[in-house]
Amino acid sequence: MAVQKLPLAKALNESLRKALETDPKVVVMGLDVGKLGGVFRITDGLQKDFGEDRVIDTPLAESGIVGTAIGLALRGYRPVVEIQFDGFVFPAYDQIVTQLAKMRARSLGTVKMPVVIRIPYGGGIGAVEHHSESPESLFAHVAGLKVVTPANSSDAYWMLQQAIQSDDPVIFFEPKRRYWDKGELDTEAIPGELHKARVAREGTDLTLVAYGPMVKTCLEAAAAAAEEGKSVEVVDLRSISPLDFDTIQTSVEKTGRLVVVHEAPVFFGSGAEIAARITERCFYHLEAPVLRVGGYHAPYPPARLEEEYLPGLDRVLDAVDRSLAY
Amino acid sequence: MTVESTAARKTTRRSSGAKRTTGASAGAKKADQAPAGEPELVQLLTPEGERVQHPDYDIDLSAEELRGLYRDMVLTRRFDAEATALQRQGELGLWASLLGQEAAQIGSGRALRDDDYVFPTYREHGVAWCRGVDPTNLLGMFRGVNNGGWDPNSNNFHLYTIVLGSQTLHATGYAMGIAKDGADSAVLAYFGDGASSQGDVNESFVFSAVYNAPVVFFCQNNQWAISEPIEKQTRVPLYQRARGFGFPGVRVDGNDVLACLAVTRSALERARRGEGPTLIEAFTYRMAAHTTSDDPTRYRRDAEREAWEAKDPILRLRAYMENEGHADAAFFEELEAESEALGKHVREVVRAMPVPEHMAMFDHTYADGHALVDEERAQFAAYQASFADGEAE
Repeated sequence: MAVQKLPLAKALNESLRKALETDPKVVVMGLDVGKLGGVFRITDGLQKDFGEDRVIDTPLAESGIVGTAIGLALRGYRPVVEIQFDGFVFPAYDQIVTQLAKMRARSLGTVKMPVVIRIPYGGGIGAVEHHSESPESLFAHVAGLKVVTPANSSDAYWMLQQAIQSDDPVIFFEPKRRYWDKGELDTEAIPGELHKARVAREGTDLTLVAYGPMVKTCLEAAAAAAEEGKSVEVVDLRSISPLDFDTIQTSVEKTGRLVVVHEAPVFFGSGAEIAARITERCFYHLEAPVLRVGGYHAPYPPARLEEEYLPGLDRVLDAVDRSLAY
Repeated sequence: MTVESTAARKTTRRSSGAKRTTGASAGAKKADQAPAGEPELVQLLTPEGERVQHPDYDIDLSAEELRGLYRDMVLTRRFDAEATALQRQGELGLWASLLGQEAAQIGSGRALRDDDYVFPTYREHGVAWCRGVDPTNLLGMFRGVNNGGWDPNSNNFHLYTIVLGSQTLHATGYAMGIAKDGADSAVLAYFGDGASSQGDVNESFVFSAVYNAPVVFFCQNNQWAISEPIEKQTRVPLYQRARGFGFPGVRVDGNDVLACLAVTRSALERARRGEGPTLIEAFTYRMAAHTTSDDPTRYRRDAEREAWEAKDPILRLRAYMENEGHADAAFFEELEAESEALGKHVREVVRAMPVPEHMAMFDHTYADGHALVDEERAQFAAYQASFADGEAE
């Protein structure tokens, strides 16, 4: 059956399965990805079906995982690496930034780096520290990397396929608190472009831009705003690097107002980049300054405080009101 | 070979090494003196050029092969000297000299098969020479016209890696790929005593041991990580670390090209047989500065260098060849002329290296393209074109 309704996590699993079936050079590697199927079960059953040679349990060393993935890529493999949690990627950050991102340019295009690094990211699951962070800006800032994040099951399936097929390194952020959300997936559809934003809901009064876990929150906010007679458009970015400014621009030229929402700290976050560029592009269309809603300049708080830290429905609606008040 | 049997063989080596030094001259004994409790080095050629035997690593080379190794070392040293001079003349922004490490690099480099793969750090000019990389390609990075300079796959010689130890993981991953492919090639990964402190080197030991990867780690212990002496990196001889990771380690006289060749060849063969990694510690000395930006007079004494000059890898092979009649005067004269020609060639090529076309800075960042790169490239082109218009007016 081509069309099915399944959770985002399961869509990722199906996507990895398809990639392993399609291309013998694809290998999945990381901590606990084998017998356990990953701590979030994204790789569930893959080692059983594809063997330890394709689905590789690794030593507990993130730099080692990414560094050896680079070596495998140099040998012609297409490694898909799992980093267990967002806050654990930093031991591998050196390999990602100084090696993975630059290898192609340094070789004047003679080597490819088809490495995908999957990172479950973001909060909202009541975890302990280092398990709830949103470090996407740190990767988007680095030339040579691509950074994407799906918000629903269909995108999870297709975007991961496309990331694996890419000859560029892709940091694939998975919204972990949406893993269990069910959505429609058509495995025979023709997918959209990996780096194209999607208008998730049409509206005329204001544009909300979000990605990953915040898309659902923004859709809920738009629905709530509609009850108050406000027409809010929601753009799901899907890709953070490259970033589809054209789609945002089109929306803002229509609505005249923009609020960017993400879980990551606002300061130097992706919202800052979007605000700056859209101000440049749409200065005469804007009825209000671009507003941002996101995390604070504080370490991600203990779980009992995360609802205050994370942008929720009320904070998004508050920003919508402030924008409309100009 | 199990770890236990390797340890047992090391005991043998230690006693045979002791026997060897009794036969050597007093000067050699002094120069080779290891700190108390440290085992001897694998050595096949004494600093005086005397050939000595080793039970595990004997090697039989023809006169022609010996002349080949000598030629490699001399030309590599000449190339290195030329690069140093070019830096002093302002033609290169920086140079990392290999002076003193020719035997470690040529010996290990000549142990390789064409289908093996090398992951260097940034001082492996001699290994690059063995791989057939055009030596002038090594200079682009130091002149500032590129960040790499060669296609790693054309000679199975990866790009120089500046961040210490990173490449040992790439080497391990590549070796894991070789094993997956069912090939019998091997990988040779270079790093230094300073890099041995890095997490990546230790992680590469873990991964290579766990996956039994066909990789040989070749640590050139040149005693100094810029100004930090080996004592600031380790409390145990570096080769001994391998044992804790579950594979053999061996210390070789890094100024003895024959021993470096024999030990590396043996380790590569072991890797090919599917017996996993080996750590080789080539005990050598960086006779020059870390790079041309460094001033070793601030941190080490001349006497130390002088002691190591007595162990010069090139002089000892020459002494051996002359004593045994493996080369005549004509060989050395011709080589001298070849060296001069190489120096001249390098000088000419470096001076003629063009500054890259400005737009090239955007090239090759991504394989699949990237909207931001395209946008900024166009902006930059327009900006540059604005100057051209101004000049035209």
